[in-house]
Amino acid sequence: MAVTDAPKLITARFDQEDAHTLAGYESSGGYTALRKALGSAPDAVLAEVKAANIQGRGGAGFPAGTKWGFLPPDVSPRYLVVNGDESEPGTYKDRLLLERDPHQLIEGVLIASYAIAANQAFIYIRGEMPFAHERVAAALNEAYAAGYIGRDIMGSGWSLDVVLHWGAGAYIVGEETALIESLEGNRGMPRLKPPFFPAVKGLYMQPTIVNNVETLSNVPWIVNNGGAAFAALGTDESAGTRIFALSGHVRRPGVYEVEMGKTTFRDLIEAPVYGGGIRNGRGLKAFIPGGASAPWFYEEHLDLPLSKATVDKAGSMLGSGAVVVMDETTCPVRAALRVVRFFAHESCGKCTPCREGTNWLEKIMHRIEEGTGRADDLDLLLDVSDNLSPGIAWPPRQTTICPLGPSAVSPVASSIRRFRDDYVAHIDQGRCTHD
Amino acid sequence: MGRLNAGNVALAHEIIGRYPRTKSALIPLLHLAQEQDGWVSDEAMVHIAELLDLTPSEVLGTCSFYEMFKREPVGRYLVNVCTSIACMLGGGDELLEHCEKSLGLTPGATTADGLFTLNEVECIAACTEAPCLQVNYRYFHRITNEEVDALFADLRAGGRSGEIPPHGTLTRVRQQVDPQRWDGRGGEGLPEERS
Repeated sequence: MAVTDAPKLITARFDQEDAHTLAGYESSGGYTALRKALGSAPDAVLAEVKAANIQGRGGAGFPAGTKWGFLPPDVSPRYLVVNGDESEPGTYKDRLLLERDPHQLIEGVLIASYAIAANQAFIYIRGEMPFAHERVAAALNEAYAAGYIGRDIMGSGWSLDVVLHWGAGAYIVGEETALIESLEGNRGMPRLKPPFFPAVKGLYMQPTIVNNVETLSNVPWIVNNGGAAFAALGTDESAGTRIFALSGHVRRPGVYEVEMGKTTFRDLIEAPVYGGGIRNGRGLKAFIPGGASAPWFYEEHLDLPLSKATVDKAGSMLGSGAVVVMDETTCPVRAALRVVRFFAHESCGKCTPCREGTNWLEKIMHRIEEGTGRADDLDLLLDVSDNLSPGIAWPPRQTTICPLGPSAVSPVASSIRRFRDDYVAHIDQGRCTHD
Repeated sequence: MGRLNAGNVALAHEIIGRYPRTKSALIPLLHLAQEQDGWVSDEAMVHIAELLDLTPSEVLGTCSFYEMFKREPVGRYLVNVCTSIACMLGGGDELLEHCEKSLGLTPGATTADGLFTLNEVECIAACTEAPCLQVNYRYFHRITNEEVDALFADLRAGGRSGEIPPHGTLTRVRQQVDPQRWDGRGGEGLPEERS
């Protein structure tokens, strides 16, 4: 395992001052992929993305080409929706892609829409990111004026309209069916699947593809260089590169694009070009490998490669590419409480187990951390967890429409399994033992 | 205050025209109302209901779901301090404590002069830049206590207006589509909406 010299596919322009402008984007090869795509049949473009074997970068990791292939033929209108509602704690990549290279995303949106024969696309950006809105709005205006978006694009006879849409503060809207509800002007509550698989019954009940910002930002590179070149990076199972946000107790927190499958968690956390090791020479207590929803990892997981299959098998997930590192001084109860608090706050309230369960978990965790925990609180936490996610297994089973509720179980079950003694000490001594 | 002014009504019609179905314009119009008044009043929701052919309760139903919509006045500057897990590990709690002292506020409260509202918030997607906060959703990364004090002093003195518009104004760049460039086929063939 090593730090590889794989090229930067999607962060290559992050240091280019004018990359967000049309002139800056075109000067570094921008919109050549669109020209190339429009010169071939939509099916050929779809085949290229399938060959790239790119897994969705939003959290679930479903192959994008396969997803596009799910659209029923000959049903129109059909839509592409871009999920830019980045809000999973620990996750910080889509905002950067929107702010620093908006045309790269727009070119990806154009190519994807062409491949799936859509004539309208929606870019849904989290409301709390106005600078990203400004950059994307300005880029869209330039791209329309230049003829890259709109009627009869570059003489191809194909037309696309792209609508920029803002959210207004709700994590749940990152779930694709909730995002569709929100885009229709409703409360952002997930729909039941089946029957509401977006590819069949999505936006306005029409066939819809929902893709993450990072996923679509890879598409211009894939079209320019070929699906095989993308698939040659990383491993057979986890192709390409991926952006990881490395936060918490490391010397160099940052956003790093690394090659999948060949780079390990240890490389990411310890290599001088990435995290540079744990701060103040301390040891590792735990790390979250893929955002707040992911079960925690420990010392023994450091040498696992950043590969979907490997991490899934080890009992967690790469999720949204968010690695949060906790050093040995971290109170595991306090850290888990902070993650649970998030899910309790963000539960949309549609499903009873989640609405009630996440809040119960927070209340119980809170009293333990505050020193008023009870002897049977650990059993109670696990009982509530089991009601949210029967068996507390991985991958989680769920008693809810979407995975938000079971996600709240991850930090609770992880920390109790590994740090039971800390919980017991909090309860016995009636205080936080790490203060 | 309240109902959208003439300029914003014209803008509202332009926004509505961007979507295959009118209700999709609801969240954008609520943002527009909040931009006009700094918050979303009952009068604004009634007006939006008229514009979208919805009932006021349907508008309230959507509005009340989303945290950014404030249904009562807030400070001119909304200070959102992140204390989610990554920021907690990186000093977010200490940053919040400093903001409380500096503004003399507990989270959720507004200063008597109506200038600042302080909030403790969940992840704002700046996890590698802890500790961090937003003022009217403009980011301040890896901010020190001294920088916080200087920022608040500047805002009290009426400074930084170019950088931080008043609460309610999000983007200052709007999407402009020349009708010549928009084919307008997005909603073509869409079945009639059931009423």
